[in-house]
Amino acid sequence: MASGLLAQAMAGEGRHVVAIPSFGFERRGAPVACFMRVDSKPIRAMTNIYKPDIILCIDPTVSRVINIFQGMAAGGILVQAGKGDIERLAVPDVVSRVGLCDAVSIALSIFKRPITNTVMLGAFARATGLVALDSLKAAIEEGEFRDAGLKQNLEAVERGFAETEIHELRAAA
Amino acid sequence: MTVQTKAKGKIIVVDGNEAAAKGVALARPDVVAVYPITPQSSLVEALSAMIATGELDAELMNVEGEHSVLSALQGAALAGARTYTATSGPGLAFMFEPYIRQPGLRLPMVASLVTRDTLTPQCVWGGHQDAMLVRECGWIHMYCETVQEILDTVIMGYKVAEHPEIMLPVNVNHDGNYLSFGVTSCELPDQAMVDDFLGPKSINWHAALDPERPMSVDPLTGNAGGAGPSMFVRYRKGQTDAMARSLQVICDVHADWAKRTGRAHAPLVEEYRLDDAEIALVTLGSMTGAAKDCCDALRDAGKRVGIIKVKTYRPFPVQAMARALSKVKAVGVVDRSVSYGWNSGPMHHDVLAAMAKSGFVKPCVSFIGGLAGADMTQSHFERAFDIVAKGDVPPGPIWMNEKD
Repeated sequence: MASGLLAQAMAGEGRHVVAIPSFGFERRGAPVACFMRVDSKPIRAMTNIYKPDIILCIDPTVSRVINIFQGMAAGGILVQAGKGDIERLAVPDVVSRVGLCDAVSIALSIFKRPITNTVMLGAFARATGLVALDSLKAAIEEGEFRDAGLKQNLEAVERGFAETEIHELRAAA
Repeated sequence: MTVQTKAKGKIIVVDGNEAAAKGVALARPDVVAVYPITPQSSLVEALSAMIATGELDAELMNVEGEHSVLSALQGAALAGARTYTATSGPGLAFMFEPYIRQPGLRLPMVASLVTRDTLTPQCVWGGHQDAMLVRECGWIHMYCETVQEILDTVIMGYKVAEHPEIMLPVNVNHDGNYLSFGVTSCELPDQAMVDDFLGPKSINWHAALDPERPMSVDPLTGNAGGAGPSMFVRYRKGQTDAMARSLQVICDVHADWAKRTGRAHAPLVEEYRLDDAEIALVTLGSMTGAAKDCCDALRDAGKRVGIIKVKTYRPFPVQAMARALSKVKAVGVVDRSVSYGWNSGPMHHDVLAAMAKSGFVKPCVSFIGGLAGADMTQSHFERAFDIVAKGDVPPGPIWMNEKD
């Protein structure tokens, strides 16, 4: 769902986007991955991504069970849901910038549930500069959210943007 | 090909299933019958939502299984309704009995096959095995490469199906997962343009459920003796003749669509960088994007390679395929399914037969990849081109994801 909104926001800015999710049965809340390409020219490959430039990890626990950094080259950006000391994240050398956002706490205060999707889209915008906060808000407004849900998700993306800490780890290669 | 873009529609950001649903809504079906099955479920959910909000004025039949889905739609079509459904893998298997009756009833409709590999092993991911199992049932099969092509082809499908010289059901196939859930932007055509393109409905002029004009539909026909054999042949031959005629209609319909929208999808076979190519790969569906990227990269490195993409798979476009094949010295056919009977991909023997029927034979390697959602990337196609370039044809297929 988050990738669809991000694709909508980036397409709204006039870029070409393809987002390919990867999961088994349709089941909200199950662990999933999504692979997204963005370009100034049309994208033809409908495939997964094996050499990511950016990793957006919206669950603070998932990197404990799988190596989410596989294939990343030097100079990568990690946008991570989590809190506390950046050293505890065990970020590999290929990552040069981390955007850290305590998305679970923000989500619990807004939704009363740990739904971090739209919070982390705000964090993505802040950490990468690849999409404007206003474009994300426009995509959320055009989406399926209504009334209280819409208001909550707009607040979530704003707080994710505002409350993300940027850590420059090492100069980009 | 450069075409003047006309009647610019609204740009939407959707996945393949939503794009299909948008295309269906623009075609204004009267009756939609549904049963959920992965990876198709979100398609009929989107249609159900459009019917619930009034965006689509159609009767929704939420029935107890796929056998009933198509049986109900046959009744609706006999009463004059334009109909639609979508299914995948096990759902298609359960639909099989009414599925094989539909072409013989000469009831036009469009049904999306959101392709899925077949059980067993248990899997829920994309692959063409389900669609390949029903390739000889008399339905027209068109495969889509992109999300935009899904939307456009669903609409074009009705024009092909309802053509008075055709009157056959059309499957518009798109790959489960990579296309069904792949999100990208595409253009939503204007409703008035689509209305004008499709024209008035023509569903059941030949056979109608009408209390004023009682008619027995599909009485017992055949056997030896009497009018049986000749009558049965007449019906069968009518179907095969209509299938053969559909190739020209599919071309005409695509040309009309291109004129109105500026989007010229190749109707039968797309030749990509083929004119001076020495070797080519034959592809089907969404794998083609990565194959074209691979082709461009190899061209940049000075290799003379091309792609032959099949859009219309049934009826098989023998002449268009032979014309494309005549340009190269050797070819590899990339199937996303297997033919158990031939130990190759199913499209591989279609291509071999097209060559034989056209009076030539060239080295033709069978590749099988992308089963059960396995990925087909640029590097997979690079390896396939390498193998075809060597000129040897192994006795069995090359399994592209064997070492992934």
